Amino acid sequence: MSTDSAPAPQGNIAEDQRPRIAVSALTTNLREYGLIIALIVIMLFFQFTTSGTLFKPVNLSNLVQQNSFIIVMALGMLLVIVSGYIDLSVGSVAGFIGALAANMMVIWQLGPLSNPLVVSIVCLIVGGLIGAAQGYWIAYHRIPSFIVTLAGMLIFRGICQALLGGGSSVGPLPDGFKALSSGFIPDVIGPLTLIPPTVNAAGKTILGSGLTLHMTTIVLGMIAVLAYAYFGVRTRRKRERHGYEAEPFPLFVIKTLVASALALFLVYEFASYRGLPVVLLVMGVLISLFVFVTKRMTIGRRIYAMGGNPKAAQLSGINTERLTLLVFINMGVLSALGGLIIAARLGQAVPAAGLGSELDVIAAVFIGGASAMGGVGQVIGAVVGGFIMGVMNNGMSIMGVNVDWQQVVKGLVLLGAVIFDVYNKNKA
Amino acid sequence: MTSTILEMRDITKTFPGVKALSNVNLSVEEGEIHAVVGENGAGKSTLMKVLSGVYPAGTYDGQIIFQGQECQFKGIHDSEHKGIVIIHQELALVPMLSIAENIFLGNEHAKYGVIDWDANEARTSALLKKVGLKEDPKTLITNIGVGKQQLVEIAKALSKEVKLLILDEPTASLSEKDSQALLDLLLEFKRQGMTSILISHKLNEVNRVADKVTVIRDGRTIETLAKKDISEDRIITSMVGRSLDDRYPPREPKIGEVIFEVKNWSVYHPIHAERQVIKGIDINVRKGEVVGIAGLMGAGRTEFAMSLFGRSYGRRITGEVLLRGKPIDVSSVSKAVEHGIAYVTEDRKTYGLNLIDHIKHNITVANLGGVSRHSVIDDLRELAVANDYRKKTNIRASSVYQMTGNLSGGNQQKVVLSKWLFADPELLILDEPTRGIDVGAKYEIYTIIARLASEGKAIVVISSEMPELLGITDRIYVMNEGRIVGEMPAADASQEKIMRAIVRGEGKAA
Repeated sequence: MSTDSAPAPQGNIAEDQRPRIAVSALTTNLREYGLIIALIVIMLFFQFTTSGTLFKPVNLSNLVQQNSFIIVMALGMLLVIVSGYIDLSVGSVAGFIGALAANMMVIWQLGPLSNPLVVSIVCLIVGGLIGAAQGYWIAYHRIPSFIVTLAGMLIFRGICQALLGGGSSVGPLPDGFKALSSGFIPDVIGPLTLIPPTVNAAGKTILGSGLTLHMTTIVLGMIAVLAYAYFGVRTRRKRERHGYEAEPFPLFVIKTLVASALALFLVYEFASYRGLPVVLLVMGVLISLFVFVTKRMTIGRRIYAMGGNPKAAQLSGINTERLTLLVFINMGVLSALGGLIIAARLGQAVPAAGLGSELDVIAAVFIGGASAMGGVGQVIGAVVGGFIMGVMNNGMSIMGVNVDWQQVVKGLVLLGAVIFDVYNKNKA
Repeated sequence: MTSTILEMRDITKTFPGVKALSNVNLSVEEGEIHAVVGENGAGKSTLMKVLSGVYPAGTYDGQIIFQGQECQFKGIHDSEHKGIVIIHQELALVPMLSIAENIFLGNEHAKYGVIDWDANEARTSALLKKVGLKEDPKTLITNIGVGKQQLVEIAKALSKEVKLLILDEPTASLSEKDSQALLDLLLEFKRQGMTSILISHKLNEVNRVADKVTVIRDGRTIETLAKKDISEDRIITSMVGRSLDDRYPPREPKIGEVIFEVKNWSVYHPIHAERQVIKGIDINVRKGEVVGIAGLMGAGRTEFAMSLFGRSYGRRITGEVLLRGKPIDVSSVSKAVEHGIAYVTEDRKTYGLNLIDHIKHNITVANLGGVSRHSVIDDLRELAVANDYRKKTNIRASSVYQMTGNLSGGNQQKVVLSKWLFADPELLILDEPTRGIDVGAKYEIYTIIARLASEGKAIVVISSEMPELLGITDRIYVMNEGRIVGEMPAADASQEKIMRAIVRGEGKAA
């Protein structure tokens, strides 16, 4: 799979070749488009089977808040898997960090160190150190990552439980901290009431009635969409000015319009509830950052080169050991952030926090089209893969599907996605 | 002793773009040791793969007649069933299994799938006695040396009731003593009436044991020599006697001062710590000069180059590297690249390319700094660079977005070359730059080399194809068993001279 969104054959292309370029642009990006289409189809399916509950603003907020930690960790896991490794410890590290954060804020009286912001920073650093400790053995002693992180999985789950004094939980956590997960961005502009809420006989407003928009969310959403369109056009112009053929114009327009419409629809949904969840903002920033790093930065390119052929990468002057270490440090920091998000959402640290989530994270990355052999995988793919898992969890829960069968369905989807990939590859 | 056991008639085998064998004839008498000699790439191994069914009947033209019957082998299993067993240059033993397990792998004495270990071990002991190997059948393969492993391979062949034993360069990785023992064993088998084919380019060995020698060159049978006619001189002439027509681009060398020097370079084997692979090498390369390193497989040329290039091979590396007279640090690949050294590997698929990524990314990976600012890659600049090099090296692909894994060998090699050209080195080491690529692409690669030299780069070409070295270099070092055993200006060099330097060097090492 190409790591570029558009194939760009050389300039001076005769008119009669254009349709072929359009087709090749479509087929090269089939995996990425296909995945997004799959997500939309799955969402529409559950919208239908849950008689409209899925797309209710309150449920969308829930969906984001429930799955954000999976997606945050999937960003790190994508780099790990593209590098040709695996990390089984992320769920346990998240659990441990949650326990550490709760202890720092609630049990241990650390004075200013108990401030939620300080605690969060300390926890992210600890996560990075854990990643470094595991990455050191993988990078410099060539111990298989499966084994090192399997050990990490046991070790950090154990420490997590020990920190929580056996089976108990530690809480409640301060509200300032909980805002990380369950908070919404403040409406600095002020709400806009389109339809006043219905007032019942007792003089109280009926929850969910009327339509009040969170204007800050709307404005932010519009800025984001305009920026997206602006940068798309600018990149296109630049390519054309240098004599390179960009993707066909109609395709570009359709892509931009569909993406913008979807984004505006979601923004509207959030705005009609309580606004943009804080965690969605955090996630959005991180996703943009990782897309940029993997697509545009030299370190991202080196990670793909290392995963595609470690020996060739090394013989091209890439310090593969240090790069491996960095990939695991990054994973550790994101696991820690995932742990903080879980704790903030639950409002307390529990021994089972993040239990088994490493498997969801890995599944998201593979559904997103990454190769278990390394060298292949996209950030957007992993994010969409994470949302596919999340929507299925959420939709099936609303439908009242038994948890056991939910697992069966998720397993089948993972298998199906990978079979689809392998089939496509063999056909090519 | 006059009945013909094997006759191969008019064997022709074509690969896409290359005719590997054309009308090769080989006739082997029962009970003789028949040597097949030729340069690397002459077609010896291809011929044996045809014989053993690695290339199944139908993928080649010609007839194979074994023991009076025409054979159409569909796979190795068919040929083994007839008693033709081949022992490949790279041993095919499972290191973590025992000798007995390896000998009977896939062929165990078993009842209902339950292995009778006693029977296996008893038979193994008998076989090991035959090949003169005193080891417990339970010993793991990984714990015995290469020489003994070779004997285990032969014992394995014997277990299959072999009628014709084929050994492909059996002594390539053996010490002198082990080689002698192996040759003695071959002679012993001959006394017992076994027929064998020995593929080798070590002429002293051939001279010693062979009853007949068939010389193959450029995929054709040149001649078959009877025992009385066998002499090293005769074989060498026959092996290399080919006209050097204009297969190489013309070049006006403009040679300047010494740019690059290596002094007293020694390297030990990465696993067998006591084995010295490179034994005190001194070489130098001048500006605008193309220097060749000749030698046979296993001479240590690749090991030498890789140990120079950021210590990518070996341990306990000692010696000095000087660039324009100043010692430089080449202890890591990135440092070597920084000092202007580039190394194009022998095995482009394993060490040279990311096969699951496209041409553009492969070309820029060794010099990402050249297409980025503050670590952010300038996509358009990268595209321009990739297209530029694609044009310069004439890479044939639909666009720079084609996966390198889908390119032909010649075009893959051009991508690897482009990668290192973009890194703008002062010294370019090319290891077997034309291995496995067709004649047309070879000429293009030679042209690129000539152009680089005229631009003032220093170039080292490692090659097993002597005509290639004679055709494109200015000066040739001859390497054998980790040493430089000869140095000559290309103008005075000849294949005979190189061969003699190697053979003499081999004599010395014994």
